Amino acid sequence: MGLLKTFVLGGIHPPENKLSANQPIRALAVPSQVVVPMGQNLGAPSRPVVKRGEKVKTGQLIAEAGGFISSHLHSPVSGTIFKIDNVMDMSGYRRPAFIIKVEGDEWMDNIDRSEKLVTDVNFTPEEIVAKVKAAGIVGMGGATFPTHVKLMPPPGKKAEYLIINGVECEPYLTADHQLMLEKGAEIVVGTKLLMKALKVGKAVIGIENNKPDAIRQMNELTAGEENISVQPLRVKYPQGGEKQLIKAVTRREVPSGKLPIEVGCVVQNVGTAFAVYEAVTKNKPLIERVVTVTGKALKKPSNLKVRIGTPVSFLLEEAGGLPEDTGKIIGGGPMMGKAVATMDVPVVKGTSGILLMREDASHRPVEGPCIRCSKCTQVCPMGLEPFLLSRLARTGRFETAEQESVMDCIECGSCQYTCPANIPLLDYLRLGKNKVGAMIRARTRK
Amino acid sequence: MLTISGSPHLHSDNSTRKIMYGVVIALLPAMFIAVWYFGLGALKVILLSVGFSLFFEWFIQKYFIGGSLTITDGSAMVTGILLAFNVPSNLPWWMVIIGALVAIGIGKMSFGGLGKNIFNPALVSRVFLLVSFPVAMTSWPKPSPITKTLVDTITGPTPLGYIKEGLGAGKTLAELTPHLPSYAQQLMGQMGGSLGEVSALALIIGGIYMLWKKIITWEIPVSVLLTVFVVSGILWLINPQKYMDPVFNLLTGGVMLGAIFMATDMVTSPMTRGGQLIFGFGIGLITVLIRVWGAYPEGVSFAILLMNAVVPLINRGFKPKRFGTARVAS
Repeated sequence: MGLLKTFVLGGIHPPENKLSANQPIRALAVPSQVVVPMGQNLGAPSRPVVKRGEKVKTGQLIAEAGGFISSHLHSPVSGTIFKIDNVMDMSGYRRPAFIIKVEGDEWMDNIDRSEKLVTDVNFTPEEIVAKVKAAGIVGMGGATFPTHVKLMPPPGKKAEYLIINGVECEPYLTADHQLMLEKGAEIVVGTKLLMKALKVGKAVIGIENNKPDAIRQMNELTAGEENISVQPLRVKYPQGGEKQLIKAVTRREVPSGKLPIEVGCVVQNVGTAFAVYEAVTKNKPLIERVVTVTGKALKKPSNLKVRIGTPVSFLLEEAGGLPEDTGKIIGGGPMMGKAVATMDVPVVKGTSGILLMREDASHRPVEGPCIRCSKCTQVCPMGLEPFLLSRLARTGRFETAEQESVMDCIECGSCQYTCPANIPLLDYLRLGKNKVGAMIRARTRK
Repeated sequence: MLTISGSPHLHSDNSTRKIMYGVVIALLPAMFIAVWYFGLGALKVILLSVGFSLFFEWFIQKYFIGGSLTITDGSAMVTGILLAFNVPSNLPWWMVIIGALVAIGIGKMSFGGLGKNIFNPALVSRVFLLVSFPVAMTSWPKPSPITKTLVDTITGPTPLGYIKEGLGAGKTLAELTPHLPSYAQQLMGQMGGSLGEVSALALIIGGIYMLWKKIITWEIPVSVLLTVFVVSGILWLINPQKYMDPVFNLLTGGVMLGAIFMATDMVTSPMTRGGQLIFGFGIGLITVLIRVWGAYPEGVSFAILLMNAVVPLINRGFKPKRFGTARVAS
């Protein structure tokens, strides 16, 4: 396998633990109440357009984009807006959200709910972008960057490659994998739509080699497509990182501080490609997604199709109930996911998984002194020196941290994963990024 | 109750303890050779050195600097073994204890303990002993397999010392070389020397184990050995009557021990691959310079300590290749 492509710098091989692999996607029932936070995308939160007490239908617009980098929000259920209030979301902060009491499941009339595959992609680029924007689609790999913004390259920049991210390098997660197996044809149509919108001539679907069935499936489905190819990749975390994936597929390096468009690339997750398909051909807004519910002690690790706003506890019930010795609940994967404080937090557009950790695996090992082994430097996929950056952040030397490129950190956690002294390197790097980011913003305001 | 902490929520099974005991395992072949050729004297020195290194670490932590005890992390044991490897097998017991005190007390704990020291603790101690007890530190027992005798009585010079002394007395290499051990004997360790440095083969086996376990990377050992080989090779080509051949230079003295186990000490070596190559080159070069033109027959310890001192500078000059920037340094 040594000949397969992968990114160059650093990387780690955590145990994959794909417990829910090959579990068919099951549609989860609609709960009796959903909580839909307004800030589900990167950028500005959405602005509500419905009021308390109003009746809404499934798929109805309830909040519109609150800025250029923002997205629309739709009701994932039909019912009554019970309250608009601050509710704790996965970040642990209380933020404005719609609380909707569910009554039946009455969809908007213009949404095509049939499963029939539509292959007609006769739309203009503008139509596609407009529909993607109207559907409130964001990057579904977890970054939640508004997709329509990515489809509008800034003036003077031109996309050459569309890269579809089917890497799913996070341990445990299988949602994208299963989606490729079950909705591969739809993803291919979504890919074609994205290519049209971006006016690119070439698309590459990147899939890690630990999913041979998905590679085979996507290869078969794209056999007749001259411009779409499937690129198997050697397994290495964090290959699903945008910059790493571009490097692996095209050998191009996104310059420090720049966006992928700088090297002519746009990356979209397979889940996003599927959402684009549904939005454009079926008028369906982003109101549900596939979520992997997994954990070593869980009875039935599953891939569930879930309405946005469904509480985590509802998903856990379907997967066999909360095991006795659960010490931590993570929204997302184990490397980059967020530990949540309660089981009431809702699934949002960027929730790729819910992972339960056993009590004994929930605590960090005791921190020791740095022995300067340089493992963190060896595994950093951005070529940084985490040992140095963490010390700079710890001692408040943020100017030096900026010079040492702390802002390039993608927070993949490889350094902390590998540190033999169990130093919480990423905690300190985040602190450094936070402070340096504030410094940069203060400078640009002047 | 749910635990909240920042990502990542996974940790590899790598640990400081695992690394340190990995080094101990890698030292076992050379330890076996030491006991095989130098008998129970070698074993006595190793046990004393390890025992007192652990004791001093515990004592200093408990009564002077405080903090949680770290004697079980294996680092003091590694220092103890390496110190023993760097002294003759007939070193008086009290000198070994002084050596352990200097290694742990001055070499390591005075800087604040594990990870904070600038110089390799075992080498600090070796040089201290060499300067303080020059006679005891340079009377090397002749190796004889443990099956033949249990006491080591006959002493003699190391091959390097023998050459240096001979050349100093006006003899030519042609007169001296017939009395040297063969390459095979040098490889196996059948020659005078510090108890852990004699067998190149045993040390290389340990080095391969550490490479396999990813405890060390190839850059430092290879650059040290290659530099010694090339620089001494050039001198040998210029005048084979005056300078020993490069293979002899690799197999004798502490080059192997230094390149594989002492220079690769994580705490006191550079953090990037480019920096490690420069570090190794410096050690190799200084070693040959001392061997050829210095007062001592052997220069590895001094070379490593000198290069230890410039590691912070090397770390500043050699940054890893950053993603998405023009090449800075590798």
